[in-house]
Amino acid sequence: MESINFMTSLIPGQPGLSIVISILIIITLMYFAREQAHQMFMIFARSLRNMLKMSAVSLKKAEENLKLRNREVLLSNGRDQLERYVEQEFQRVETLVNRDLAGYPSLQRDLREQITLINEDYVQSNEVPPQPPEWIKAVDTIAKIPSEGSPVVAKILNDIYNTLKKALDKNVFEYRKSSKNRHELLKKMLPYWRSLNTTLESVEEKISGLEGRSQAIDKHMQEYESILAKTDYAERTLSSSSLTQFFISGLVLCISFVGMYVNFQLVALPMSEMVGAGSYVGGVKASDVAALFIIAIEVILGLFLMEAVGVTRLFPVISALDDKKIKAIVVATFSFLLIFACIEASLAYMRDLLAADREALTQVLAGVTSEEPEFRWIPSVGQMVMGFILPFVLTFVAIPLETFIHSSRTVLGIFFVSTLRFLSIGFRLSANFILGIGKFLTSVYDLIIFLPLRIEAVIVPKDSDHSFQEVKSTRPKTAKGDK
Amino acid sequence: MKKISLGIIALLMTFLLTSCSEPKNNKIAVYMLLDTSGTYTQQIVKAQNILKYLLGILNPGDSLALARIDSASFSEKDIVSKVTFDLRPSKTTSQKREFMAKIVAFSKNLKGSSYTDVTGGMLQAVEYLNETGAGSRYILVFSDLKEDIKEGYIRDFPIEFHGAKVVALNVTKLSSDNIDPREYKKRLEFWTKRVEKGTGSMRVINDLQRLEHLLD
Repeated sequence: MESINFMTSLIPGQPGLSIVISILIIITLMYFAREQAHQMFMIFARSLRNMLKMSAVSLKKAEENLKLRNREVLLSNGRDQLERYVEQEFQRVETLVNRDLAGYPSLQRDLREQITLINEDYVQSNEVPPQPPEWIKAVDTIAKIPSEGSPVVAKILNDIYNTLKKALDKNVFEYRKSSKNRHELLKKMLPYWRSLNTTLESVEEKISGLEGRSQAIDKHMQEYESILAKTDYAERTLSSSSLTQFFISGLVLCISFVGMYVNFQLVALPMSEMVGAGSYVGGVKASDVAALFIIAIEVILGLFLMEAVGVTRLFPVISALDDKKIKAIVVATFSFLLIFACIEASLAYMRDLLAADREALTQVLAGVTSEEPEFRWIPSVGQMVMGFILPFVLTFVAIPLETFIHSSRTVLGIFFVSTLRFLSIGFRLSANFILGIGKFLTSVYDLIIFLPLRIEAVIVPKDSDHSFQEVKSTRPKTAKGDK
Repeated sequence: MKKISLGIIALLMTFLLTSCSEPKNNKIAVYMLLDTSGTYTQQIVKAQNILKYLLGILNPGDSLALARIDSASFSEKDIVSKVTFDLRPSKTTSQKREFMAKIVAFSKNLKGSSYTDVTGGMLQAVEYLNETGAGSRYILVFSDLKEDIKEGYIRDFPIEFHGAKVVALNVTKLSSDNIDPREYKKRLEFWTKRVEKGTGSMRVINDLQRLEHLLD
């Protein structure tokens, strides 16, 4: 405002002329300071651009480092997980071998006995064709003697025929008898065959179970090798699996928090009977803090229990302990959980009593008289059961928590990489934009003093104009340099 | 990693220190003054309802007192019943029952007084509320606020309220107010100025159906 006043009062009483003269003076000054002004704009713009570019490069480098670190974390997590899978599969195989194949010698003995029995029966059931009597050939020869009408010969022959027939009938009878025996023996063999078949089928099942396990181990081993080889495929697979696990475990944890809230509601009111309802810890009711503490302790006990049982691996110290100590931890944590469950059940009952008492008072104050509901005990028992069960249910929070922690490392890594990339791109764009602003300002400067520049171009020959040439030559240079 | 751990510990310490440094006083103390002069004795049911509402919303650790405004109210004798609720909810419930029983007994034997010593009642209320040490202090005045004191009693001096909130309830219009409504306004203005001068605050609730804003 003051500068405008100064411009209008340059020649007293003539503000218009004063303004024109002032503008002319400014333009003349700007014309002479043109080169310095251009340099100032460009130096400022380039400095800023360089600074932003350097920042962009640093961010890019940080992004690459983080990317590498993420890759390492991802592969390491994947490796650990697969090691656990393979270990579990081997444990299953061991169990299978110990359980099923430990009885293999007795199975073999049974099979051998069954085969021996079958063999014996088979040998006994062999068909022995009945031998005709030795004299049958002599009889046959005599029988071929022509009778020539002699009654004696005919009688003899008739007797021979009868004797022969008797002998043959006896033979046929014996043969049928032996055949019947053989059939009975073969019939006795049938259960042995069936038993043998069942035994072999069970063996086949066990062997195929082992085969399935070995196939699973093969698959895991292939993945493991792929991770060890640090292939892109392994990284992609693990990354997508990690994201899925992150969201699923996050969802389960959210549901767990709802469970914790229900648990908190069961415990908070009765806790005020113990710690007092009017005391506060930093703006929060002491009873609420106590209830939260109990729930936190239960969750921690659950974490230790799951760790000791071998379900999770959040605390390597516990996993590294010997079996005896781990067993002691399991017993201790379970006992504490049981005690807490009993405490919670009693607190839940107490809560019900307090709520009923309060409700009765409210009704008295409201002037309402109501009878005691018939099945009043059902919610009381329900609350007690919930109070007892929830601490045990909360122990399972350890599983999604572990998954969430492991997967969040990857997900957060991906998020930070994206942020760094975004910032790097933003800085590069800003650098170019600031250089553009520098150029824009030089052009605006020239636009303001376009009149003296035009006059200079008309009066002074182009090749002899030192300053103009200089400025002109700097412009393409800067443009080239900026590219 | 070590730096991050140290940072987390520092943050936790800061949180703990800030949370423990200034314990917030959440306790409430309510002193209800009940006008027993003239026609106000007939409105005891309304006063009972207000007390029932208060018994319903007050928590363990809070305080409640009921006193009558009679000819000379600056006296402990005029306190009908007073209680500071136990920190255990079960005990609080039984205390509320006892308090309610006392109110019922009081309302049955209520006798009207010849004079109305509102100032004396206020002084007694402030004294009681200061003794409770509660964070929020309320004086509920169930009266027409028309002071009528015996000859010789001195009440025209400023009262220090120490931040107590005065809530005038069911301030009925007198027959003289009907003749000149400015009387009613003047009375309310007088008490509002008196309370505010004594570092207190005052508001009027005539619609007793809106008790949810009683202890705002």
